[in-house]
Amino acid sequence: MDYSQFLAMKQEIGLLIVFLLVFLYDTFLPQRAGKGLPIVASLLMLVLTVAGFFTCFLGSPDVTAFAGMYATSPVMTAIKNILNIGVVIVLIQSIKWANGELMIMRRGEFYELLLVTLFGMYLMISARHFLLFIIGLESASLPLAAMVAFDKNRYESHEAAVKYILTAVFSSAVFMMGLSFVYALSGSLYFNTIGYAIIGQHSTMLCIAIAFVIAGMGFKLSLVPFHLWTADVYQGAPTSVTSYLSVISKGAAAFAFLVIMAQVFGAVYEHIWSWMLYVLIILTITIGNLFAIRQKNMKRFLAFSSISQAGYIMLGVIADNTMGTAAMMYYILVYICSNLAAFGVIGAIENATGRVSMEDYNGLYKTNPRLSVVMMLAMFSLAGIPPFAGFFSKFFIFTGALAVGTVAIYFLVGIALINTIVSLYYYLLVVKAMFISNEECVIPTFRSACSERLGLWITVAGIVFLGLVSPIYNWLLEITAPIASLFV
Amino acid sequence: MFENLLIYFVVIPVVMLAGLALCQNVKQIRAVAVIGSCCLIGLSTWVLCEYLAMRAAGEDAPMLFCGSWEWFAPLNINLAVGVDGISIAMLMLSSIIVFAGSFASWKIDMPKEFFLWLILLSTGVFGFFISIDLFTMFMFYEVALIPMYLLIGVWGSGRKEYSAMKLTLMLMGGSAFLMLGLIGIYYHSSVDGVHTWNLLQIAQADAIDHDWQRFLFIVTFVGFGVLGAMFPFHTWSPDGHASAPTAVSMLHAGVLMKLGGYGCFRVAIYLMPYAANELAWIFLILTGISVVYGAFSACVQTDLKYINAYSSVSHCGLVLFAILMLNTTAMTGAIMQMLSHGLMTALFFALIGMIYGRTHTRDIREMGGLMQIMPYLSVCYVIAGMASLGLPGLSGFVSEMTIFVGSWEHADAFHRVFTIAACCSIVITAVYILRVVGKLLFGPVQDDHHRKLTDAVWWERLSTVTLILGVALIGCFPNFFVNLIKFTFSPAIFAVLGLN
Repeated sequence: MDYSQFLAMKQEIGLLIVFLLVFLYDTFLPQRAGKGLPIVASLLMLVLTVAGFFTCFLGSPDVTAFAGMYATSPVMTAIKNILNIGVVIVLIQSIKWANGELMIMRRGEFYELLLVTLFGMYLMISARHFLLFIIGLESASLPLAAMVAFDKNRYESHEAAVKYILTAVFSSAVFMMGLSFVYALSGSLYFNTIGYAIIGQHSTMLCIAIAFVIAGMGFKLSLVPFHLWTADVYQGAPTSVTSYLSVISKGAAAFAFLVIMAQVFGAVYEHIWSWMLYVLIILTITIGNLFAIRQKNMKRFLAFSSISQAGYIMLGVIADNTMGTAAMMYYILVYICSNLAAFGVIGAIENATGRVSMEDYNGLYKTNPRLSVVMMLAMFSLAGIPPFAGFFSKFFIFTGALAVGTVAIYFLVGIALINTIVSLYYYLLVVKAMFISNEECVIPTFRSACSERLGLWITVAGIVFLGLVSPIYNWLLEITAPIASLFV
Repeated sequence: MFENLLIYFVVIPVVMLAGLALCQNVKQIRAVAVIGSCCLIGLSTWVLCEYLAMRAAGEDAPMLFCGSWEWFAPLNINLAVGVDGISIAMLMLSSIIVFAGSFASWKIDMPKEFFLWLILLSTGVFGFFISIDLFTMFMFYEVALIPMYLLIGVWGSGRKEYSAMKLTLMLMGGSAFLMLGLIGIYYHSSVDGVHTWNLLQIAQADAIDHDWQRFLFIVTFVGFGVLGAMFPFHTWSPDGHASAPTAVSMLHAGVLMKLGGYGCFRVAIYLMPYAANELAWIFLILTGISVVYGAFSACVQTDLKYINAYSSVSHCGLVLFAILMLNTTAMTGAIMQMLSHGLMTALFFALIGMIYGRTHTRDIREMGGLMQIMPYLSVCYVIAGMASLGLPGLSGFVSEMTIFVGSWEHADAFHRVFTIAACCSIVITAVYILRVVGKLLFGPVQDDHHRKLTDAVWWERLSTVTLILGVALIGCFPNFFVNLIKFTFSPAIFAVLGLN
């Protein structure tokens, strides 16, 4: 075996080193040094992110390794870096929570589990063989259940973890069922080989296989009707874990899904799975939005909002072109910033006062103007209001989808656009609560922790500048251009 | 980039925003607002003079001051600017109303936040009028819409939360249609095989095929028509205007609703002339209903702001109505009507705000004899009313006259019937204006507490005088404005559009 192949996995190895350092720090340094762990972990992740961008800009070639099971290319490096940015923000925002009293004995585990799931996501993105993909999928899912259960004194946290692990396992089973069908049809688990084997096929078996694969990934992405776990898990999990689940896990799964659909099933886009996705997208966006309107708990509210956002992200898959892929990666990046800004504010308020209901936000602007402004920017960005980044990401993903040019896609985008108005309604409800409503027992003025403020500043910078500064999107379009062959 | 004059229409408001963010007290805030809006008036006058000089020198490009800077190069999105006579007229109008609006909100609560949102709104408005790139145009359009939510929700009165939400959702609903239409235009317009967002290039290439034109015309016209208060999408307007604070009503009725009319002309008709010709009748019916229905509704209202809001529906309906006539005379009238309505309705809302600030009621049944108590404001109100019902010498007469003459040029029964129906709205306008003037200004004083009230103070006088001057100038020198905008409607351009 040629060990130099490992050099292709630069980012995975980097992440492993970070993991090992965190592990060693946690295991061998004395108890009192434990307080430094959150900061060390954030710094290490930051270093990894910066290093990742260096490899990105120095040019990372298209490499496959391990007999074609693993592949990396500039696009994959880029999406991993985007995820890294999100993880850095999540880690910074969770510093205060991780240093809380409840966490003293388990601080290390949180970071170790988190890094393992991230490693799994890397594998999902880079896998070119379904065995490796399954390994990635499982290591990205199972440790998350332990993270969801991290608040061991809260009943909801346990309930959420049980729900999460059952659905995760079930969805993996469904996914693998689909794979077994695919294997029966093509005799291989390599993405490429399957892709060639199914050209021109139109059997019922292939339909069922694709439906199972979409369903399995649908659980990860929380597409309707596979979304039922989302709200409970988001509500029950600690806020740091919820924010990680809602952006990083979803972003990675979305990109992996795109790769599978384009590379493995790309040949049967038109007559088998495009209509499946049409239905799923319409359901996801609409039902996510309609349920979000009724939510009173901020975390549940963002859970449904993130369901409908997943529907918009899926427009990048249905576009089936490089513009759609670039727009999707950009959407994920912007979504990371906007959603983490919202969760950052929720987390800060929860840490200070323990309140998470939307009514508690009434009159927040009078007592905590800065937090309210950040929350407002996050809501505007999620709703797609210019000049914030969300507007650009929505516009580009619609532009990417409409490049297909059929009547059906105009219909789909039309529905998605009408849904943006519904979503604007509930995002404005939060703004209304903070700026317009008056309340007797307003959350008192408090000073949020340094780390929380730093996290919020980063996300605000992202919300304001990601859209207006065009080179970011142009760069994504540029690096996705070479993968055009995936889509023909 | 900064050698182009037009870019300063966005730069000045952005600098104002930065200045406001640094302000410590109310005096500095007022200073920033006044200096900034004076700069904007100065800038638009400068652009106007330059424009006239260039046209006099024989410049015959459709747009002047053109500039284009790459933004999202792979998608061919540019920050492209350019103006013709219509845009310049709109820029003048906006800067005057921003100026008057700043003075009308001299004593507002939480001035810093208020002016931040107000200036953000005007950034959007100015950006919209100078853009000739569909993407940037749309972006500025939405920037102008969203501050309304907080401006009405926080500083409004009455059912403000309901109205703010209704207004925002309906207008953003319109812009959702618009987004679909604009991206559609992008994909169906190729100039030399490259898709483009540039208005001028699309219009000149005339590449959109006729089947798609129908769809895109309907989508974009409805999208902009919502903001232009086209029936049945006008219902945000009465509630929104009634709840909004004074300066916001002024800007919204005076400027924002013009975005709708301007967009219908500049995008829907300019880019899809074939479909416009074919489908104009649908929207002619709808806008005809707006004109008459708005006027009738105004007759039965008792709240001053509702009266004026419904009259706006009627007058703005007339703008779209005239644009859809698709001939030079009526379209000239439409632009004149936009200017005239913008100034006049801003004046109305300013006066209503000032009266409400004193009497704390807007119900005309609870007020009376204001002419004895506050003669200055009352006289201004009469002038605004006269302009609204079309007294010669004021702006309303010129614009409505032009519109109806233009509409009458169509000899077929359909257009004639609708023209006659629309003409009737003038009479109805007279009914509701004179009813209010008689009840509110003359007659007995209804409430003895009102006798102690004072007349306008200096900033209120400044605000109203500016607007009255504008109304009178259009009324007395209509030819100047006709000459300013006529180039856009010159036969050469119409030939390009395939009209007439």
